[in-house]
Amino acid sequence: MEAVDLGLWSVPLAVFAGAIRVSTPFLFVSLGECLTERSGRINLGLEGTLVFGAMSGYAVSYLTGSAWLGVLVAGLAGSLFGLLHALICNMPKVNDIALGIALMMLGTGLAFFLGKNYIQPQAPNLPAISLGSWSDLAPVRSALEINALFIIGLILVPSLIFFLNHTRWGLMLRTVGDSEDAARAIGFSVKGVRTFSTMAGGFLAGVGGSFLSLYYPGSWSEGLSSGQGITAVALVIFARWNPLYCFYASLLFGGAGALGPALQAVGITSGYYLFNAAPYILTLIIMIFSSSSTHRFAGAPGELSVTR
Amino acid sequence: MSVKNNISRRSVLRGMVGVGALGMVSSSMLVKTAMAGGTVTIGFVYVGAKDDYGYNQAHAEGAAALKSIPGVKVIEEENVAETNDVQKTLESMINLDDTKLLFPTSFGYFDPHMLKVAAKYKDLTFLHCGGLWTEGKHPANTGSYFGYIDEAQYLSGVVAGYASKTKKLGFVAAIPIPQVLRNINSFTLGAQSVDPSITTQVIFTGGWSEPVKEAEATNSLIDQGVDVVTCHVDGPKVIVETAEKRGIYSCGYHASQASLAPKGYLTGAEWNWAKVYTDYVTSYLKGEEIPNLVRGGLKEGVVKTSAYGPAVSAEAREHADAVKAQFMAGEFVIYKGEIKDNKGNVVIAAGQSNSQTDIALESMDYLVSGVIGDVRS
Repeated sequence: MEAVDLGLWSVPLAVFAGAIRVSTPFLFVSLGECLTERSGRINLGLEGTLVFGAMSGYAVSYLTGSAWLGVLVAGLAGSLFGLLHALICNMPKVNDIALGIALMMLGTGLAFFLGKNYIQPQAPNLPAISLGSWSDLAPVRSALEINALFIIGLILVPSLIFFLNHTRWGLMLRTVGDSEDAARAIGFSVKGVRTFSTMAGGFLAGVGGSFLSLYYPGSWSEGLSSGQGITAVALVIFARWNPLYCFYASLLFGGAGALGPALQAVGITSGYYLFNAAPYILTLIIMIFSSSSTHRFAGAPGELSVTR
Repeated sequence: MSVKNNISRRSVLRGMVGVGALGMVSSSMLVKTAMAGGTVTIGFVYVGAKDDYGYNQAHAEGAAALKSIPGVKVIEEENVAETNDVQKTLESMINLDDTKLLFPTSFGYFDPHMLKVAAKYKDLTFLHCGGLWTEGKHPANTGSYFGYIDEAQYLSGVVAGYASKTKKLGFVAAIPIPQVLRNINSFTLGAQSVDPSITTQVIFTGGWSEPVKEAEATNSLIDQGVDVVTCHVDGPKVIVETAEKRGIYSCGYHASQASLAPKGYLTGAEWNWAKVYTDYVTSYLKGEEIPNLVRGGLKEGVVKTSAYGPAVSAEAREHADAVKAQFMAGEFVIYKGEIKDNKGNVVIAAGQSNSQTDIALESMDYLVSGVIGDVRS
């Protein structure tokens, strides 16, 4: 490997590479939560689902030797958590937020408990697709090692938009999310639709978790998630319940997360706590500028408990 | 409230019987522990998972070595945060398991948590890893132990100095505390003993266990042309794996990560807590006085180095082995003047020599010349 000094150019490169590497779990969880919230329910438990997905994906990949099977199992485990959330929320007078917090703890705790034996072993990781073979620069080649899950996430974005806006099922989901009364009047099963969308959201969150353990950083440990799941839930509000904005917001968060280490690597060494906090400062600023005391969030589903 | 009236004489009586039974249970338990006599329970508290390929695993391996000593029962709790949680854990180990000797192993457990609990239970012994026990300031039933792992880091630096072609080394560190800075400095000085032009680029992640940031830091370092990376974080697994994936060399820390990087793993700085814990417990069982401050390096067997990986040249082995022999003889001094920090100030004057046991080194607050990084956050 020849060394090429990119100097300060390596910062934007690292932010770009980081945006792709770090953003994938944000992308999957926020797309999943977007779907769930569009049906009128908030599942705060996705942090637990993410951690459980990371653990189960890693364990299955280790036991079977197939990383993709791990991703599938992580997704299925995620949808089971979604099903649990939905079934309990379907009962009268259940607060979806409180339940979400409970499920967050359950998911994390179960993952730690069952994952004890999988901290040590090395499981097969997901393959990456090399798009940088045209470049002689090792950093560029490495930045363009794109994981297949990111590409799947990329395809999911327009698919979800199409699903929500141009299909009968999407319309049903949005109706349930915007007005329970209207949905009932048409004869839609409100509980059924919400159960489906929470399960689908859980599936995506589980897959997002498996990305953490199976690709980047690429191994299961109890400190693996530093709140990516809960951040992604917040991203959905920030992204105005629009899958395309979810994608942008995830990229932004991924890139901001890569900024701290990248700046230190080129020798800008002071203020790293501040740079490490960049994603959160960014969220605060955008939230402050986009909030309003007079009208509710544009695009917010009408039945969502936090905006109702 | 009507609830009050619901307490009938019968339920009161039933309650009293229950309390009586409990009393009987507890008294019989007391008898039981008294009868067991020789068995002493020793408690270990870890900040993370005890199989993390790192800090906690090193301690857990040490604790496991105690299990073979007759009359010793080891209890452990993992994932205990450096907050009031650790006080609760210590209290429950004391009150529920009758633990006599406690090892809270994480840096942040010492002050105020362990000190508080120790002041309450004066007849028990508390030994902390990493803290600096000071006579008069800290209770007599507490103590601290630590190893001069920077000796092993110096040797890693020597090996890294030979392996590096770009003359740029990388160091992923958690937080700029003296122990971490000392490791960074010793690693760099070791490498510079091979080639004075070598630099070490440091990235602080801001936390002991931040897998995503550690991976990101390692990638950033590699993008800058770093070709040997080492670290001081709780779980080096992610860093060593990332280095191996990107095809560069790595030096391990805490425990051996050789199996994670069969091609690029050079050597590593490892703890040998089994020795420290066995010594402590043997003298405790004999009823000897336990020293309040225990320190030791390669010579005392508190730290060790990983076996050399396949990429280490014969020349590097020879050099590192020669320095190691000097450490074993107690003759080698890493911090020998003149040493300048990376801002150009002289931190150790010419002719001055701070040997390993020098307490001044335990409050290190600078990075030596050749390290690219900043102690201030």
